[in-house]
Parts: sequence; structure tokens; C-alpha cells
Amino acid sequence: MERLRKYGFVAGFLVVPLTLYLVFVISPYIQAFQLALTSWNGYQRKPTYVGLANFGKLFGDEVFWQAIRNHAVILLVLPLLTIALALFFAFLLNLGGGSRGSGMRGVWGSTFYKVVFFAPQVLAVAVVSVLWKAIYRPDESGVINGALIKMGFDPVGWLTEPSLALWSLLAVMIWQAVGFYVVLFSAGMAAIPKDYFEAAALDGAGRFRLFFSITLPLLRDTIQVGWVYLGIAAFDCFALVQVLSVTAGGPDGATTVLPVEIYKTAFSYNKVGYASAMGVALFFLTITFAVLTLRVSRREKIEL
Amino acid sequence: MTHPGEITRRQLLRRIGMTALVVGPGAGLLSACATGGGPEPVASASAGASASGLVSATNPLGVDAKKPLEVVIFSGGLGDAYATGVHQPLYTKAHAGVQIKHVGTQNIGTQLRPRFLSGDVPDVVNNSGPEALDLAALAAEGHLADLTPLWDAPSVDDPGKKVRDTVTPAALENAKLNGKDLVLNYIVSHRALWYDSKFFADKGWTLPTTWEEFKALGETAKKEGIVLFAFPGQKGPYYQLWNMLYSAAKIGGNQVIIDIDNLVDNAWKSEAVKASVTAWLDVQTAFGDKSYLGLDHTQTQIKHLQHKVLFYPCGSWLENEMVKDKPKDFEYAIAPIPSITAADKMPYGAIQVGVGENFVVAAKGKNPEGGLEYMRLMLSKEGAKGFTEKTKNLTVVNGAAEGLDLTPGLVSAAKAQDAAGQNIITDARFEGWYKELFDYAWQQQNTLMAGRLTVEEYLDKVQKKADDIKADSSIAKQTRNA
Repeated sequence: MERLRKYGFVAGFLVVPLTLYLVFVISPYIQAFQLALTSWNGYQRKPTYVGLANFGKLFGDEVFWQAIRNHAVILLVLPLLTIALALFFAFLLNLGGGSRGSGMRGVWGSTFYKVVFFAPQVLAVAVVSVLWKAIYRPDESGVINGALIKMGFDPVGWLTEPSLALWSLLAVMIWQAVGFYVVLFSAGMAAIPKDYFEAAALDGAGRFRLFFSITLPLLRDTIQVGWVYLGIAAFDCFALVQVLSVTAGGPDGATTVLPVEIYKTAFSYNKVGYASAMGVALFFLTITFAVLTLRVSRREKIEL
Repeated sequence: MTHPGEITRRQLLRRIGMTALVVGPGAGLLSACATGGGPEPVASASAGASASGLVSATNPLGVDAKKPLEVVIFSGGLGDAYATGVHQPLYTKAHAGVQIKHVGTQNIGTQLRPRFLSGDVPDVVNNSGPEALDLAALAAEGHLADLTPLWDAPSVDDPGKKVRDTVTPAALENAKLNGKDLVLNYIVSHRALWYDSKFFADKGWTLPTTWEEFKALGETAKKEGIVLFAFPGQKGPYYQLWNMLYSAAKIGGNQVIIDIDNLVDNAWKSEAVKASVTAWLDVQTAFGDKSYLGLDHTQTQIKHLQHKVLFYPCGSWLENEMVKDKPKDFEYAIAPIPSITAADKMPYGAIQVGVGENFVVAAKGKNPEGGLEYMRLMLSKEGAKGFTEKTKNLTVVNGAAEGLDLTPGLVSAAKAQDAAGQNIITDARFEGWYKELFDYAWQQQNTLMAGRLTVEEYLDKVQKKADDIKADSSIAKQTRNA
């Protein structure tokens, strides 16, 4: 009776969120799996089942592989650069000033820098896109190209050259993401007991030694979380590509990503079945990435 | 008619914000409203209303004033004031006591797709904008009412005339979908090259009629730092695809476009298309500016207003779209595309005159007769005139713009149409029929214009896409004869 009351109490709290989760997250997933086996166009009353034909088509679809290749590049570059930059900034902001008085300090003006770093994070992606559209604008009105032209250089097609476009977008993604991870890592650093730094500093460790021998190992868990977040973000990128890139994924598909292709296929070309198959592929890619990352980086926890 | 002018930046931001939510990682969510399995559709009410005893001389379509009418209007570039301020009052005046439910929205597809699936459909739909419904797919499901009773009904202005005799023939031709009359195209637009006639007069320049003159003017303009022509590569590059298709039709006749629409084998590799694409690529290489490949339509149109671009390929809505930014001394005028070869099938004066802005009546709605009657009133002179006043766009109704004070751009377009006479370039309908092919053609065109493809490679690629579409049995095929 006692147990029943206890679990009944817990279950009572869980019913609402669980139902919402089932209805709005799980059931659409199941439906997507079901639709991936059909040739539904979004208007037919009864979808026609076509078996695995959509997946067969997917493997021969050049655009699909192009999107996968772009995801691979983003998956490598985005977490690596974002985390490296965020760690560097977080270290400077929190510990870079060396030990003065009691405990460690950041470089001079670190509170101000914190706000600066975090600012892009509070902007909506659409706003960010419009902002960078002005920065990358290919003629003399562009922020970068305006300066280049004034200095006598030729303007650069940041978003129109296939070899540059993805990197231009990556720069925006990193610029936007760094602030959040600076804050995340700052919090992680604050949790490291000051004694370690003091002891190491007394033994003559410099800032580099402090960073690599104390900060980095003790931040491992936080970095791992950041890595998974950024990896999942690498499978999205929808809004940025849709608004900022030329012709949503161009030029020549150089910046296209799966969510953009899914959106086009489902809503512009009315191939909902095929788009669902892409969605299913994306689902497995994301899940595989998350599981792999957590498996590979699993290690004994360091007790503080 | 979908052109990027219909979507403002704010709308876009909002839409992106929303879709970003939907298409998160694991875009399975996309199908949230899918296979619900709506109720069986009710037996289609016969739109002819022969059964209802309400048909009379003043009520030829047999409207029951007790039945409410729901009208959904795309409130984009044209707004929806023409519906609430002109067409709906006409309907309530004609049928005393009738209730109208008006819905203005920018998300036609998102809002109405679930309603068509569930069977709770509005009566009149203005299908437009980037999220427009796929009308061919709706027609295949029997959702669209046959417009034949409307075409055969007496006109509001002259009961002796049928509605079909009061509209421009292109409206009747373009109504066909899967062989039936299902879609009302309401506006008429003129597409060719746009320029500032005052600026030309000041400079003492005349319109080039041949490709040699076009290029010579390009040299003159280049010396003054003006680009001969530009199209927006970032958003709206299909203005240039239209341009190249219309040029091809000028060289080889409208059959060139009709073949492309009908997915005829190697239609894209015809001599006319090749000549047109080659000529435009030449002009782009010699006089173009690559930076436009990264600009959107608004940015390009502003630069056109600043006289940085001489000719801009677009339609007659351009003038109204740019009305807020237009300097006083800039006067929009239309220029036919210069003749590319000496042996062109169509004379220099030929321009594209097309119909657009789709309206449909739901066949399985509650009030299909009301829907057809609403269209009949839209096609009255009063309804059409009011529309032109509110939106600065011409309608398919013959003579409805008489007595109106038209803008210089519209006047120039009307004059160009008179000059063209029978030499009207047809519209390319694969834009609506096979959007995937259309999008592919202008995406690859950007690559071509950036100098990364040759004309042959470009046409091979597009032809292959057309072949793929033809072979794809899941895509419903349309055909046209003229």
C-alpha cells in the first residue's frame, strides 16, 4: 500500500509530460518510419506502400551523398574548433590572469568579454543569418568586401564560390556557438577546487602546464557533453543554410544539409514518403553519432 | 504566380523560425499530421446546382444564401484587402444575408493541407506563395471543382455573354489541369526586360533590337560603370531561367517551350534553347558582374533603381513591388528581349504575357456553388477594376482596366502587348507541373553563369533531370497542346 502510494504519486507527475512526449515526439517518429515505406505525396487519402524503394533511391541520390559529405565536414570541424576556442577563452577569462591574492583570476576585463562572447547566443539564427548576409555581401556594400575593394583587392564571393561557401557558413556556426561553450566551460572550471591550481602554481607550473595538466583533465566530462551537443547540432544547421546560403544549399549543393533537402523534398516537391526516408536516415545518423561518442569517450571518472 | 516579391524578409524570418522547430535533428517530426485517416469524403455536391431549385436569372449558379462561404486568401505581395474590400462586399450585396468567413494567411499549404485531408475544406482558395498547395495532386484526389458551369454562366455585366467570353483566352487555356477546367488564373502579367525609360531618354540611348545592338549598348554602359543586365543569384534566379526560355521561344517559336513542358525527348537540347543559353552566357561573361550571383531580388532591384544595372528580367509586378524605394525620376518600362538571330521565328516585339495567381473552388466543400459565384463576381468588371485599383495588377477580365489611371510601367506593358499583337510568348508551365525540374534548371543555371559549366554540360544535366522526371511514375504528368 505504502509503495503503491509512493509510485502512484510519482506516476501522477509523470503522466502529463510522458503523454506529451509520446504524442508529440514518439508518435511522429513512428509515423515517419511508416511513411518512409510509402510514396505518399501529402494529399492522397491512402498512402501506397512501396517497401524499401525509397531507401534504394536514397543510395543512388547524388544530392543525398553531397549532404552527407557536408555533414561529415561540419561534424569534424564544428566541435573541434568550437571547443578549442571556447576552452581557450574560458581559460583566459577564468584562470588566465594567474593567481592573485586568493584563488585564480581571469584576464583584465573578463566580465565584459563574457558578455561579448555570449551575445551571439541570444540572437535567433534568422537574425544571425541576416547579419552575416550583410557581412558576406558580395559587392561593395558588404562589410568584408567593402573593405577589400577599398584596399584595392577584388571582392570575394564568400557564399557564391563552392570552395568557400561551406567554410563561410562554418565560421558563422562557430562564432555563434563559442559563447555558450565559454560559459559552460567557465562553470566547469569554477567547480575545480582552487587548491589544485595553487599547489601547482607553487610548484612552479606556468599557465600552459596549468591548462594541460589540471584544467583539461578535470573538464573532461563537460567537454564530452559539449562534443555531443555540437555533433547533434552538426546534423541540423537548417535555418542557417536556408537563410544565409545562396539558393538554400547552393552553390551547386556545396552547403546543403539533410534537413534542408528533407524540407524541399517534402514541401516543395510533395514527395513526403521519400522525405521521410531521408528523415529516417538522419535519425540513425544522429543516434549512431551520439552512441559512438559516448562509448568511445567513456572513461573512469576522476574523483575530486 | 510565385515570385520572390511575395515574401518579405519578416515573413521569411518567421517561417524559418517555425520550420527550424519542426526540422530539428531527427526530422521525423515532419510528418506529424500525416496518415490520420480522415473520414471518407462526402459525395461531391454537383457544382452545377442543377438539383437546387434556386437557379434564376440573377442567381445563375443557384447560390443558397443560407449557406456560409469560407474564402482563404494568400496575403502576400497583393495583400488581401482586395478580397475583404472589393470581392466579398460584392458577394454579400448580391446575396442578402449571406455569411462570409475570410481567412488571410501566408501559409496556404501548411494551413490547408490537413484540412483537405480531414475533409473540412474552405470553399474558395487563393493558392499562392512559397507554400502553395500542389493543385495537380489535389485534382487527382478530386478536391477541385469543375469550372465549366462558371465559364458557361452569364457574365455579371452583360447577361447576354458567357463568362468565358469576357476573359482573355489564356485564362481558359491555363485553367486546365488533368484535362479539366479547374483553376482560375486571375491576373495578367507581362514579362521581358525592365529599364528606366527616363534614364534612356536622358542618355539619348535607344532600345537595342538585335543582339549586336544589345552588346554595343553593353560596351557603352560598361564605360559608365553600368552592368548591361543582372539577375539575382541568391533568391529569384529563375527570372533568368524565364528570360532564357522566352528567348528560346523567340528563336524557335512557342513549340520550344511546349516541348519542354511536355517532357519531349531532348527538348532541352533543341537548337533554339542552345542558341538562347549561349547568347545569354556570352552577355554574362562579357558584361555581367559575378557579385549579383550572391544578391537577392530586392538587393538587385535596388541596384537597378540606382542605375547600376541597365536591364532587369522580371514581370510587371516589379513596379508595384519597388514603389517604396523608387526614386521620383525613375520610370519603369518594359523592353522586349533583343532578337538573338536574324532568323528568329518571332519578331523583336514579342513579349511574354501570362496569367497567374491561382484561385480554386473546393469540390468537396460545403458550398461549391457559392465558390463559383464568388469567382463570377471576381470576374465582373467592378470586381476586376477594384482588384487593379488595390493591387496595381491587371486582371484577365477584358476591358476591366478602362478608365483607370495606370502606372507608367503598366501603360508601357499594355503598349508592348499591343505592339506584339499575335506574337505572344507562352508561359513555361513545368514551373508548376514539375517544380523539381524547374528548381534544378535554375540552380544549374547559376553554376553555368558563374562559369563552372559549359552550355553543353548545362543542357545535358537539365535534360537528364527531365528524363528522370519523365521516368518517375510517382509524378503525375500533364500535357498541353498550345
